[in-house]
Amino acid sequence: MRRMVPMWIAIIAGFAMLLSAFFPMTESLGETFGDVFNVVAAIAFILGAGSLAKVNLAKVSRRDPGWGFAVVTLICFTITIVVGLGKFGVPQNPQFAALPWSGEKEAEGGAFAWIYAYALVPITATMFALLAFYVASAAFRAFRAKNLEAILLLSTAFIILLGRTFAGVVLTGWLPDWASGLRLENLSVYIMQVFNTAGNRAIIIGIALGVSATSLRILLGIDRSWMGSGD
Amino acid sequence: MQIILSVAAARMCAATACAALCAPLCASPSASPPTPPLSVTAADVPWDAGGSIEISWVPAANLGSATTWLVERSEIGADGTSGPWVTVAEVAIATTTTTAAKLSHTAPYWFRVTAVGSDGSSSPTNSPAHTTAHRNFFIGEKLPLFSAILTVCACVIYFILAARKGRPMKVRRIAALEAIDNAVGRATEMGRPILFVAGIQDMDNIQTVAGITVLGHVSKTAAEYDATIEVPTSRSLVMEAARETVQASYLAAGRPEAYNADLIRYITDEQFGFVAYVSGRMVREKPATCFYMGCFYAESLILAETGNSIGAIQIAGTAESSQLPFFVAACDYTLIGEEFMAASAYLSGEPDQMGSLKGQDAGKAIASVLIIVGVVLATFAALSPGGFATAALGALRGILGS
Repeated sequence: MRRMVPMWIAIIAGFAMLLSAFFPMTESLGETFGDVFNVVAAIAFILGAGSLAKVNLAKVSRRDPGWGFAVVTLICFTITIVVGLGKFGVPQNPQFAALPWSGEKEAEGGAFAWIYAYALVPITATMFALLAFYVASAAFRAFRAKNLEAILLLSTAFIILLGRTFAGVVLTGWLPDWASGLRLENLSVYIMQVFNTAGNRAIIIGIALGVSATSLRILLGIDRSWMGSGD
Repeated sequence: MQIILSVAAARMCAATACAALCAPLCASPSASPPTPPLSVTAADVPWDAGGSIEISWVPAANLGSATTWLVERSEIGADGTSGPWVTVAEVAIATTTTTAAKLSHTAPYWFRVTAVGSDGSSSPTNSPAHTTAHRNFFIGEKLPLFSAILTVCACVIYFILAARKGRPMKVRRIAALEAIDNAVGRATEMGRPILFVAGIQDMDNIQTVAGITVLGHVSKTAAEYDATIEVPTSRSLVMEAARETVQASYLAAGRPEAYNADLIRYITDEQFGFVAYVSGRMVREKPATCFYMGCFYAESLILAETGNSIGAIQIAGTAESSQLPFFVAACDYTLIGEEFMAASAYLSGEPDQMGSLKGQDAGKAIASVLIIVGVVLATFAALSPGGFATAALGALRGILGS
């Protein structure tokens, strides 16, 4: 029973979502299940927040290594919740002037918007900036000429890299018009448009078929491992 | 007013031949306003989800100075009269049809078309009757997609039934999935935890579902080997699903007492906040094995490179084609797209699920045949335009809806 009920909910909701994409009469049914998912996800957020608080409180009480970070997490978590729910500094919505809390919590000038703009955005931008270094280190490893395939990969990457900079134009700009296809900037465009697009489409077709087969396995109740062990 | 003046001036010219008086008006016909369309018709777009009406009009023989058509719509008011006019489109003078979209499928609409030019606008020509954008039974333009889905589903079901009847289903070896047991064993030997990340999307994403199914197998192996598995999640619902899965796996492995719910924890919905936690955790705890199975975006490389820097054995799987190169570059094994989707069936080894993989292969064969036929036809159509190949290519495009 514990597994049959969620399975049937998944089957009914899944087919409703599928049909709503093709049959306009069932559109509202699909939207309803979408709303139900949002409500369930919102309720589950309480469990998530509970888990976050529990794990970090336990870490602080046990004085685990790095417990100071847990304290910072809990303080920031509490401040953000209080500021968001309390709508501190949020200007009133002129449409509902009689209601004191009518403004949006993200409204410009509010404390929540300030935290977002001056704390969250810079921190996430810092994390994102790390990508540049990781791309360089990953490329360094990936482009080592270990075998024939790696040499081909390295050569292709070299052409693309040069073709997208002025160096490519300088290096092969002297080629006559009848051989303009061999200029690095044209060669890189050709590689991206033909080889890269063809490979990418092959992967996408495979993914689409895989998604269809996986969805069907779940909708038919053949694959139940997402509800726990499939054994 | 301008029309009246023009007509009056012309009559004066004919009657009095007073060129001096009427010259400015007679000599410059462009000074007169554009001529309105002769008629306007509106028709519901067939086989759609409702909300679209096609408007067409018949232009006058002499358009005058008109350069564009202004198409407007109006909902019929409660009092039976038309309400305020809203612009649908302003189209070039050579156009005689346009489609009004995003309409209500219950309200009747009036339409009118006005010719607009440098000398002003014509009087509008109204549609003779109101039109409603009816909602149809089926969205016609999605028929090729619907047919493709039905074909793939039919193939999958056929092979599932064939597998049930005992037909052997041979599936090629997937190295990344074969390596799972070794990777878990390595973590056990080293006495370090296993890290499993099921992407950063919610349970309504099929990749997350596929990741959770792999988690079931990994956690069962971890339970059997007595290894610790940590599952940080970026969605609360994924945390709950992961807890259910891991608990069931520990139960199936006969070690329910070893299950620790606190190791499957919610971190944050924020993409880079989640990455910061997981990366920090990796650097501090140094897990022996890292699994990345689900939907990833920019964080894929940050996670995989951090895992690489701590010397963890890494197995990744995603259907995000833009992130695959990063995983391939930084991980030991990568499940590429369809392999990731096939992981659950492959790991289960059940005939039903293996049959579904064969059905997937049949779909791939159909796609391959269509691609080859399309390439051949397109090549011949380019070599001899207007021949049989062009017609056949057009028919193929029509069937596929491209």
